[in-house]
Amino acid sequence: MGEKREITVSINGKTYTEEVEVRFTLADFMRQQLGLTGTHLGCEHGVCGACTILFDGQSARSCLMLAVQANGHEITTIEGIAPSEDELHPLQEAFRDNHGLQCGFCTPGMLTTLLEFLRDNPDPTEEEVRIAISGNLCRCTGYQGIVAAALDAAQRLREANGA
Amino acid sequence: MAPESVTPASGSDGGSLFGRSVRRIEDAALVTGRGRFVDDIRFPDAAHAAFVRSPHAHATIRSVDVSLASKVKGVLAVFTLDDFRPLLAKERLAVGLPSPSYRQERDRPVLAGAEVVHVGEPVAIVIAESRYIAEDASALVEIDFDLLPAVADCRAALAPDAPLVHSDSPHNELAAFELAYGDVEGTFAAAPHVFSDTFWQHRGGSHSIEGRGCVAVYDGVREKLTLFSSTQAAHSARDVLVDLLGWDETRIRVRTPDVGGGFGPKVVFYQEDVSTALATMLIGRPVRWAEDRREHFIASTQERDQYWDVEIAVDDDGRVLGLRGSMIHDHGAYTARGINLAYNSALVVTLPYDIPAYRMGVTLALTNKVPSTPVRGAGHPQGIFVMERMLDRAATELGIDRAEIRRRNLVPAEKIPYERPLKSRGDTFVVLDSGDYPACMEEALRRCDYDGFRERQARARDEGRYIGIGVANYVKGTGRGPFESVSVKVGTSGRVLVHTGAAAMGQSTRTMLSQIVAGQLGGDMDLVEVVTGDSDGVPIGIGGSASRQTVTAGSSAAIAATEVREKLLALAAIMLEASPEDLEIAGGDVRVKGVPDMKVGLGKLANSVGGTPGYTLPGGIDPGMEATGNFLVDDLTFCNGTQVVEVEVDIETGRVTFLNYVVRHDAGIQINPMIVEGQVIGGAAHGIGNALYEWMGYDENAQPITTNFAEYLMITAPEMPSFDLSHMASPSPLNPLGVKGVGECGLVPATSAIIAAIEDALSPFGARLTHSPVTPAELVALVHAGAK
Amino acid sequence: MKPPPFSYHDPDNVEDAVALLGSLENSKVLAGGQSLMPMLNMRYVLPDHVIDLNRIEGLSYIREAGGSLEIGAMTRQRDLEFSELVSRRCPVVREALLQVGHRQTRNRGTIGGSLSHLDPAAELPLICAAHDAVITVQGPEGARDIPFADFPAGYMTPAIEMNELVTGIKLPLWPAGHGYGFEEFARRHGDFAMSSACALLEVGADGKITRASVAVGGVATAPVRMTEIEQGLVGGDGSEDRFRELCEACRSIDAIGDVYASAEYRQHLATVMSRRALVKAYARATGA
Repeated sequence: MGEKREITVSINGKTYTEEVEVRFTLADFMRQQLGLTGTHLGCEHGVCGACTILFDGQSARSCLMLAVQANGHEITTIEGIAPSEDELHPLQEAFRDNHGLQCGFCTPGMLTTLLEFLRDNPDPTEEEVRIAISGNLCRCTGYQGIVAAALDAAQRLREANGA
Repeated sequence: MAPESVTPASGSDGGSLFGRSVRRIEDAALVTGRGRFVDDIRFPDAAHAAFVRSPHAHATIRSVDVSLASKVKGVLAVFTLDDFRPLLAKERLAVGLPSPSYRQERDRPVLAGAEVVHVGEPVAIVIAESRYIAEDASALVEIDFDLLPAVADCRAALAPDAPLVHSDSPHNELAAFELAYGDVEGTFAAAPHVFSDTFWQHRGGSHSIEGRGCVAVYDGVREKLTLFSSTQAAHSARDVLVDLLGWDETRIRVRTPDVGGGFGPKVVFYQEDVSTALATMLIGRPVRWAEDRREHFIASTQERDQYWDVEIAVDDDGRVLGLRGSMIHDHGAYTARGINLAYNSALVVTLPYDIPAYRMGVTLALTNKVPSTPVRGAGHPQGIFVMERMLDRAATELGIDRAEIRRRNLVPAEKIPYERPLKSRGDTFVVLDSGDYPACMEEALRRCDYDGFRERQARARDEGRYIGIGVANYVKGTGRGPFESVSVKVGTSGRVLVHTGAAAMGQSTRTMLSQIVAGQLGGDMDLVEVVTGDSDGVPIGIGGSASRQTVTAGSSAAIAATEVREKLLALAAIMLEASPEDLEIAGGDVRVKGVPDMKVGLGKLANSVGGTPGYTLPGGIDPGMEATGNFLVDDLTFCNGTQVVEVEVDIETGRVTFLNYVVRHDAGIQINPMIVEGQVIGGAAHGIGNALYEWMGYDENAQPITTNFAEYLMITAPEMPSFDLSHMASPSPLNPLGVKGVGECGLVPATSAIIAAIEDALSPFGARLTHSPVTPAELVALVHAGAK
Repeated sequence: MKPPPFSYHDPDNVEDAVALLGSLENSKVLAGGQSLMPMLNMRYVLPDHVIDLNRIEGLSYIREAGGSLEIGAMTRQRDLEFSELVSRRCPVVREALLQVGHRQTRNRGTIGGSLSHLDPAAELPLICAAHDAVITVQGPEGARDIPFADFPAGYMTPAIEMNELVTGIKLPLWPAGHGYGFEEFARRHGDFAMSSACALLEVGADGKITRASVAVGGVATAPVRMTEIEQGLVGGDGSEDRFRELCEACRSIDAIGDVYASAEYRQHLATVMSRRALVKAYARATGA
């Protein structure tokens, strides 16, 4: 086994203290060591975006970070988006209602990317949404359902915040 | 895109579920990260596999030395073919679909032995405590190669002095066949006009975002092997293992978890699957393997090159009299599926049009590349491209409008059902079963304001902008038989359990089946549990390919569910002392219409035929609340459609942007319009990729040169158009639901329409485009050549 | 596709980082990780040591001083994109950044990393070329400044020693109201450019160009300043035909070619990108 370090990291509000190999990517640490398999690996070279997580609130590719770099930081993954076990976040609801996913493999990255984007840009145009997800590949949907879901989610979130 | 109303997947009015955009039952888990894909399956003591692959396109293996690799700390074992031999009844994966046209058999070995014939071919498997260590060690496996000349180009492969792809081959011809009907020679001899063209068509990989993968577990007590695999065909995967190991099928189970996209190559059974299974038996621990993206580029099957030489015979009015030619197909180094890819291409060429004579000679050439097998579309886009481009050519030559020449040649509605004397893979003639192709095209043209286009184009040119329009029609055979098995069972819990050989890889198969079954059994989809891709779930199954499952499995599900419904009603009639006609199923009960309190639960009904020792079953009814449907169908049902595409080409950079993208589509009756829409648009997106972005490159030594997502371009959201999608719904007479397949259909005409539109935009420069994909650099070169 | 074994070092100050660089054989510096990490995952690089700069404080800043925009090497591309100061004083930076990768990569990617990696098609080195940026590097002997014109030593190779670290970038500011334009051609949004151009202009009240900077990226092994175009621009007006004529000079750039784009195509694109950047810059300078 290679060199190891102990790290403490908060993922979806839960604190983990673990010894991890320094060469482990953050994605592999979460998936292999913690069993948080909601984050997916599609290319492992930073193009497909399936592994996108929120790192201190900002979207980042977890295949392009080392787990040791997460020491002392906060991470949100797809498992941490819904407000509770039996409720969905409006973005998740919008994905379901607009056929924003088929096989669902790119979905973890799409959701985390859009979560950050809609926080910064609550009333986006279609073109802005398309650019926002330009770093996320989907082979199933042709993106149309995803774009519709993002616009629908933006509206739901605006209504929820306005009300 | 959002359906007008999305219906929650539960309700009590079952009959009305059919045809509605019901929410998918797959989604709740997938949007919360609770999906379970193959690489998410955890066994605490599982070991990880990595493969040592050939870096050469063609070489003899003199020796393999695993001693250094075996010593790496954390490595459990390194296996080569020699280590596997004692466990194998056969050393090669016999998976090819039968055909009389083979000139040689080229099945893949479990691992390469004496010779490697493409880059990426697996030679050894390393098992270690982590994938990281397995990769460290695989770099230390020393293979002594003797390099041999490689064949990269399928045309060159057929030259008399070409190097051999396999050193023990007599030649590089894998198969050859001809498809023909009508008096081709006479037609061409007498034709007023004959035009000829050559085409190069390229398609790339599937690039499901999830790669392939498997987890193998061996239960030494029960002597049973379970392979969790991201396959599109669990039963055939089991059957290949049965064949390789020489075991009986009760000892092998293949189970498919959630699959992150299939698109064709996951229907194939691979060396990695069997090697992982063998490794688990040799080390006595579960073994996991997840394909990484580089492996997907070099070791998953893909589609590639076809080269066509074609002549078209037309009369003065643009009526097509005949079409003939030849095609060379890049088969790769092995037969991983069959000749079906090339067969589909040649079969589909003339289908949408009423053309009296046709002959196509096809040669499948071996090359030192990873095998080619169907990727979404499976050869159909290439055949359609040939026809559509030849029609455009004839139109240009004769001065006829491109839509008009299609009007004059499309199979008219009154001729349908229309038999074409061509045999599909089975032994039956092609029969176009339903549809109105001319009406479909007219509406697509109208939605794109085709009539106003030339004026738009002239105005644009005045502004120095180059816009063009392209039209393509297609038909595609779907619902390939002979059957797909579905069993429907009501359990004593009152829940409905559906097992099927069909596979789910993102196409909403489980939703589709529960929608059909719930429709018969009370309408509550929450009560229905669908299990796909489990070889122990139903005895026989075929799986997901060829846009077949809604037709085959959907029909079987309807038959099985109807049978269960009738049994439930008959039994409840006895228990409630009512006539079956007065009963309905709702909310998990059978009840008397209008008297909701007179009811009996589905679970109780199931229990009463479950048998209690010593008690007779009520009313002479057979035991068990279960039925299996095996709807048999030999004939394909043909979906059809038209795509009309308007593009702008920036003549300075070669960039192509979409101004309008109209998709008109007829897949028969729709069970869930939201899902149909998603399938069609997803297919069209893949077609845009094939037209403009995707290129799987090899150099002259057959070394792949596009092996990551920076080199191989997948279309992303900003480049995509917004589609204008509309439907026709001509019921298929071939199945009880009236449905047709849809999974590949959006893709089939896309490349043809896009390339035609680009050519039209660049017509002032005399551009003629006979290949795909096209690159911006090529378009700029065309502009420069034409401007001179 | 997993990183090879290495030792990990995460110093919390520049001096320690430089000392590690000097003492460790076969080491790689990890900044934002958007280039190094893919190369590690693909095992294109096999370092024995990785020196992570992310714990060093004081290397992330954006400030205006002495007529320059001073940017710390570990400043994330995202911070530049969202900086009010950058948008106000050096707006072409933001225009270029929107073409840099994607939101997820800009959140991590740093300007120092981009300059050290020195991809010929990268946007930020091009901006530095157009601005006559000064790159500050620190070695065991202390800090030194390198004018950007001398910074590239060859293809993807900055002219710094093995034991030196890029710590900061100074972009000399152009006066308020200057014209700017950034244009690039990439196959898809966020891809590396096959050709890109950055144009900066000062225009007098009479519409005559008084100062010009034109740089082209993605064509040669490093960004190229088009002095011939610049000289031709000064004293002239802003007609597109004139721009077109001058930008023909791009056809003589010593261009790289590969299977994705030939040298000739890249040169051609450069003529188009530089002209379009100039048109945009002139319009902005004149408020048109």
